[in-house]
Amino acid sequence: MSSEWPLWEVFIRGQHGLNHRHVGSLHASDAEMAICNARDVYTRRNEGVSIWVVKSNEITASAPSDKGPLFEPSNSKVYRHPTFFDIPAEVGHM
Amino acid sequence: MYAQMVKAEGAKSREEMSDQERAFQDRIDRGEKIEPKEWMPEGYRKTLIRQIGQHAHSEIVGQLPEGNWITRAPTLERKAILLAKVQDEAGHGLYLYSAAETLGVSRDELLAALHSGKMKYSSIFNYPTLNWADIGTVGWLVDGAAIMNQVQLQKTSYGPYSRAMIRICKEESFHQRQGYDILLKMCLQGTPEQKDMAQDAMNRFWYPALMMFGPSDKDSVHSAQSMQWKIKINTNDELRQKFVDQTVPQAKYLGLTIPDPNLKWNEEKGGHDFSEPDWDEFFEVIAGNGPCNAERLEARVTAWEDGAWFRDGLMAHAKKQDARRAAARLAAE
Ligand SMILES: [Fe+2]
Ligand SMILES: [Fe+2]
Repeated sequence: MSSEWPLWEVFIRGQHGLNHRHVGSLHASDAEMAICNARDVYTRRNEGVSIWVVKSNEITASAPSDKGPLFEPSNSKVYRHPTFFDIPAEVGHM
Repeated sequence: MYAQMVKAEGAKSREEMSDQERAFQDRIDRGEKIEPKEWMPEGYRKTLIRQIGQHAHSEIVGQLPEGNWITRAPTLERKAILLAKVQDEAGHGLYLYSAAETLGVSRDELLAALHSGKMKYSSIFNYPTLNWADIGTVGWLVDGAAIMNQVQLQKTSYGPYSRAMIRICKEESFHQRQGYDILLKMCLQGTPEQKDMAQDAMNRFWYPALMMFGPSDKDSVHSAQSMQWKIKINTNDELRQKFVDQTVPQAKYLGLTIPDPNLKWNEEKGGHDFSEPDWDEFFEVIAGNGPCNAERLEARVTAWEDGAWFRDGLMAHAKKQDARRAAARLAAE
């Protein structure tokens, strides 16, 4: 079997000044082709104004087993949210 | 459906499950999505590869009967519409292959399994598209049946599969409408001959469309396991019933007769009674003996083999460019 084209992850910026968002993946021989294919597959209905592609194997992801150590510490830090603080009504909008 | 008779692995009762398996099932029961790198039972992974793979193959092979009519569409507008529709199906195949690949199978492996006949695609695409009314009927009934299945699968437990389904569903309703629109034109504004063509297409596609949902699954163990894992949400019979009920008024509006003398409204169950398709025919088609099985597979294999030099050439070019870029970087340092 011939060597398989590498897998790329596709990120697209939608119309409204948003961040690029992951929309899916595709195979392509190089970055230029990945952009062309991403345009054909993921923006056929005005879904974007800008495309990023990155080789899937160059993405470093956190491990699912690290979910606890990574994200649980912030659960108890409720004071990071504005609703933690009671502001007297007389003060007005804050 | 697009995935018919997918064999599910390892049906287990709660008592037979390990702690890990029970925790996994609890997550699914809570409505959590399972993501690629997370732990999952081997049976869940294998069943999903089979189901998503078969679904992807169906999208790709499904391009063939319609692609057949792109060059012969009656107007430039119809041609552009059909081209866009068939192009969407290529995209659907890609979303689904990508979802399957997150489960640890490669694209080439999936294609090899399709080409060797080891993996199947939907039985519906082994029927020929003989005239222009067939293209209308395929959009209306075949995409209509596919939508029925895909809408519920948006809620499936596997994250990448669910996201692919959401994307696909957004694109599908155009497919069904463009098909119905072809038939509106032929049946309501066309000549008597054109209306006859539409009726002929309906006669040939009705039962194969009903077969898309697969045989009755009331006693299927596989089905129960798949539903427990939420990789199947409704039973085949529920979806088939919904499809029939939805289609009856649409056919009536076109003035087409559904080729089933037993079709009638059943007040008590709040749905139509209708005849089962010929399941022997279904099993024959699945086994490879439908009218177009050989032709479809050959078209896929030929496209793959004829494209090999091109895929290899582009890969060789990409490697050379990479090496050149690396050398230039080194020289600049
Ligand atoms: Fe599709
Ligand atoms: Fe479609």
